Amino acid sequence: MEAVAHFAPPSLSWRALAVWRRNFMVWRKLAIPSILGNLADPMIYMFGLGYGLGGLLPESLPAFGGGSYIAFLAAGTVCASTMNAASFESLYSAFARMHVQKSWEAIMNAPIALDDVVLGELLWSAAKATLSGVAILIVVALLGLTSSPLALWAIPAVFLTGLAFAAPGLIVTALAPSYDFFMYYFTLFITPMTLLSGVFFPLEQLPAGFQAAAQLLPLTHAVALVRPLLFGQIPDAPLLHIAVLATITVVCYWFALGLTRRRLLS
Amino acid sequence: MAPLAVIDLHKRYGDREVVAGISFSLTKGECFGLLGPNGAGKTTTLRCCLGLTAPDGGSISMVGEPVPRRAREARIRVGVVPQFDNLDPDFSAAENLLVFGRYFGIDDATIRARIPRLLEFAGLGNKADAAIRTLSGGMKRRLTLARALINDPDLLLLDEPTTGLDPQARHLIWERLQGLLAEGKTILLTTHFMEEAERLCQRLAIMDEGRIISEGSPQALIAEHIPVSPSPLRPANLEDVFLKLTGHELRD
Repeated sequence: MEAVAHFAPPSLSWRALAVWRRNFMVWRKLAIPSILGNLADPMIYMFGLGYGLGGLLPESLPAFGGGSYIAFLAAGTVCASTMNAASFESLYSAFARMHVQKSWEAIMNAPIALDDVVLGELLWSAAKATLSGVAILIVVALLGLTSSPLALWAIPAVFLTGLAFAAPGLIVTALAPSYDFFMYYFTLFITPMTLLSGVFFPLEQLPAGFQAAAQLLPLTHAVALVRPLLFGQIPDAPLLHIAVLATITVVCYWFALGLTRRRLLS
Repeated sequence: MAPLAVIDLHKRYGDREVVAGISFSLTKGECFGLLGPNGAGKTTTLRCCLGLTAPDGGSISMVGEPVPRRAREARIRVGVVPQFDNLDPDFSAAENLLVFGRYFGIDDATIRARIPRLLEFAGLGNKADAAIRTLSGGMKRRLTLARALINDPDLLLLDEPTTGLDPQARHLIWERLQGLLAEGKTILLTTHFMEEAERLCQRLAIMDEGRIISEGSPQALIAEHIPVSPSPLRPANLEDVFLKLTGHELRD
């Protein structure tokens, strides 16, 4: 009976934006180091693999879209970095606010429902992930690895990617007894996904079974949207990829909210 | 209309009934105390009133709104001091008030106008920019009380507001609460300090095992339950009533 009530549909209000704004206000205090910190890790991967490994490959391979390996890798790096930023924010940072600082409990003494709090956290994690993705997009553009105006469409795609990873992250946060729990999520879910979604090499290199499985992974759909855009092409079946990412967001948000209600509102 | 009316409230966790059918009602401008040993059901009752946990039975009306159905709307006119401090460690004292006011949808100009007065009220006039971790326990409690007033509420719910404070800090809080009552605010207070209840509350209810076992003014409860002081050296007090009604064994 109570279990059913916890998973009742969300009841949302604009107050969710006050939660978003709270997180933004904290971030603003450390904005520059935060952006640079988020940029360092993906840049090292992109330059290391792009030039190091890419240097061993022919100048232009059809498998890499006819350009250099680093240009191929650029879109993957944007998506993987967005995924990581959304995951870190919705796991470690959200958990700190929920469990350690008890910020969510304080907010719920104001006229803000848990539904709004979790939505605010979802939108915030996606926004922060977008900053991370866009920072890499800027570097990629400055290096001349993309030059098409279509690349600007990658920005909303990156935001959608952020949502699609923040929402499952909030599920894990709702279940986590402590920070250690997040290691399982990264080891079992995020790391394999990074290698199976076409970030470092085309999906077609994988055995058929893995290729089919990859279609279930959100990162696959993010890469399928962003890579053509950076190449100046319109993605194949864009509505399918958008629908998959949007569905993951909505379903996972709802489930995360139900689990968080069970955790905090019993 | 009562600022808070609770009728036949029930709350069960598994097969343990934590709140077993309690009813009480506050009149405007009074301080009503919920007293009871640890585990009596006081905090659960407050959580039900705020709409933070769904009751298994009974009805609640807070500032005229049915709870939990319209708990969000009700909380617009209520201030809360929770049992454990949950000030935002990412912000200074003044920023805590600003951010909390925004949760109520109050515009920044109005909040900023209220902040100096609230910090002054909390005795933190020179601590506006202080980080939360640099504040003492008493300062944090006072800032939490100031935060609960950011929306100029009609009703205050205070869950053990002076637990863990030294006598000086406790007396300062009491003085501030008396000031709020003089302004016409209504207060629901949970406590297990009998002196606190005697000083502040016009009426109180003693809870044990999820039920209200006695209710009335402090003087009436003493007269009813302890007609003769247990010690010839002092008059009977509320603590005698409390121990008589709830027993002497430990509750945690």
